[in-house]
Amino acid sequence: MAEQKSTGAGKSGTKRQFRIWRGDESGGDLQDYMVEVNEGEVVLDVIHRLQATDAPDLACRWNCKAGKCGSCSMEINGKPRLSCMTRMSTFEPDETVTVTPLRTFPVIRDLVTDVSFNYEKARETPAFAPPADLAPGDYRMQQVDVERSQEFRKCIECFLCQNVCHVIRDHEENKPAFSGPRFFIRAAELDMHPLDEKSDRKEYAQREQGLGYCNITKCCTEVCPEHIKITDNGIIPMKERVVDRRYDPLVWLGSKIFRRGETPQTSVTTPRSGSAAHSGSPAGVHSHAGGSHDPRAEAQAQRGVNWHREVPKPTAPAVDDRGKLPLTELTFDRAAAPSPFGDDVTFPLPPEHLNFAHPEQDKH
Amino acid sequence: MTSTATKPGGVRSRAAIAAKTLRTDRWWFAPLITVVGLSAWVAYATVRVFMHKWYWVEDYHYLTPFYSPCVTDRCLPEAAHFGRFLPDWWIIPDAALTLPFLLLFRLTCYYYRKAYYRSFWLSPPACAVPDGHKAYSGETRFPLLGQNLHRYFFYAAAIISLINTWDAILAFHSPEGFGFGLGNIILLGNVVMLWAYTISCHSCRHIIGGRLKHFSKHPLRYRAWTGVSWLNVRHMQLAWITLGTLALTDFYVMAVAAGWFNDLRFIN
Repeated sequence: MAEQKSTGAGKSGTKRQFRIWRGDESGGDLQDYMVEVNEGEVVLDVIHRLQATDAPDLACRWNCKAGKCGSCSMEINGKPRLSCMTRMSTFEPDETVTVTPLRTFPVIRDLVTDVSFNYEKARETPAFAPPADLAPGDYRMQQVDVERSQEFRKCIECFLCQNVCHVIRDHEENKPAFSGPRFFIRAAELDMHPLDEKSDRKEYAQREQGLGYCNITKCCTEVCPEHIKITDNGIIPMKERVVDRRYDPLVWLGSKIFRRGETPQTSVTTPRSGSAAHSGSPAGVHSHAGGSHDPRAEAQAQRGVNWHREVPKPTAPAVDDRGKLPLTELTFDRAAAPSPFGDDVTFPLPPEHLNFAHPEQDKH
Repeated sequence: MTSTATKPGGVRSRAAIAAKTLRTDRWWFAPLITVVGLSAWVAYATVRVFMHKWYWVEDYHYLTPFYSPCVTDRCLPEAAHFGRFLPDWWIIPDAALTLPFLLLFRLTCYYYRKAYYRSFWLSPPACAVPDGHKAYSGETRFPLLGQNLHRYFFYAAAIISLINTWDAILAFHSPEGFGFGLGNIILLGNVVMLWAYTISCHSCRHIIGGRLKHFSKHPLRYRAWTGVSWLNVRHMQLAWITLGTLALTDFYVMAVAAGWFNDLRFIN
């Protein structure tokens, strides 16, 4: 292919100025690079070229390059974006492109941040609660009833909304009290779900997720690569549902008179785990140090995640009379293939088998 | 599997980026025009509300929405459709029963909240631009907790829209009986837009059907919800359009009442 030297946006072989934040938690700065840009490329392509040429040690998280895995979230010219979906042709030909890691989360190295905050918040969000007498294969729903929830299922968990939200972006101290837009739409998704039986998601959203911190300035909606109407269809309806329960005397009176929408308290741990968790530990302290009762592990459990916790030892898999694993369904004594997790594992996992302690579990 | 990354845990720090924002676009433009637009409107409305004159066109029964319903002792008897029972102290607006609710309806509106939190309170001024404040508690405490009363102001605004509709119907008048002029078109246009803005309210969307869990069991409410949702997408545009139509309607009535120009009459 003939070498084309042109200043036009996206023309092949153009050298473009990039400023990329390099460093880790001990510090770092923006470093300048001149890098080739070809027609049709996106920012992630250019970062890959940089890794192949000038900066082989540049750290960057990516996976699908199709805007569906949510890995390559970063800030490009100050805006939170997916780098695989940011076309180079959207910049002026002589524009310097500045790429930095997500600001809201701790940096690991270069463009890679530690987004575990989001996974902790995900674990704190109560799961889907279908009717107890309904087996998973028997769920029947009308499309019109699940449509609203389905919009939120488009979420790819890129955490751009979590990153841009000023409640935690500019106020680190709000992190324990605030779950963020991604988990508000999760709460809305489940509260609007026709088969979800949990009736206190509204109270939970307000009390534990910190829905009241949101001042609906809509940056989450602005940055969402899936174009989910996070604010209009998720957060505001959820705020209105909270008003029904907490701030609207008419609705409150109606619910008392007609006995609608009784609100049992959210239990973040099952009674079984609750009793197990509290046995032998002082009141008000998580026993998520597991079997070790290591004070250091316990201290970390108090902060949310306990990576050193000893979980119960798994039992050996079920074997046949000859002491071997049954390999096919034909020779197995059950209708389906054996669970790859072992027969002693049931889902959802009992909370004491997790290395995660819900921060509110002692409240309930 | 080998991994050189350290395990997450403990307190890690964010990337040390010196610049407060690296945005290169004109992010300050939207908050700026919001401040200019809202300030200009509030200034105009304040002047007009305390002017206490030029709100009623006797010949054609045009009443400006800023004075509807006119309930103080200084109101012209023909303009006071709901009686005159408030004292005529200058600080009391002639529409003292409705204006506070309209103000609160717009103050607690989900769109205006976004607009003024961003532009006046700088919290945040734009996406990925730092908050102008050190501490932040959002709408969790008094007085901002009061934003949750939006639906009550919506009920009030719906009643006030009915009153404005009544005013617009009464305005089909001339000294000869029925009449129709440019003023009627302006009053009607304003009322239509006010209804569109009021109905497109997020609280209305919730009340009309958003709170339902099973749309399939409530087909009529679902259809209504679909309609409100269609309008709701345009809530911001309607918020600005109604500021425009309110000011235009008021200015037109003021101009005709003051005799600056005559109403363009089509019939009588």
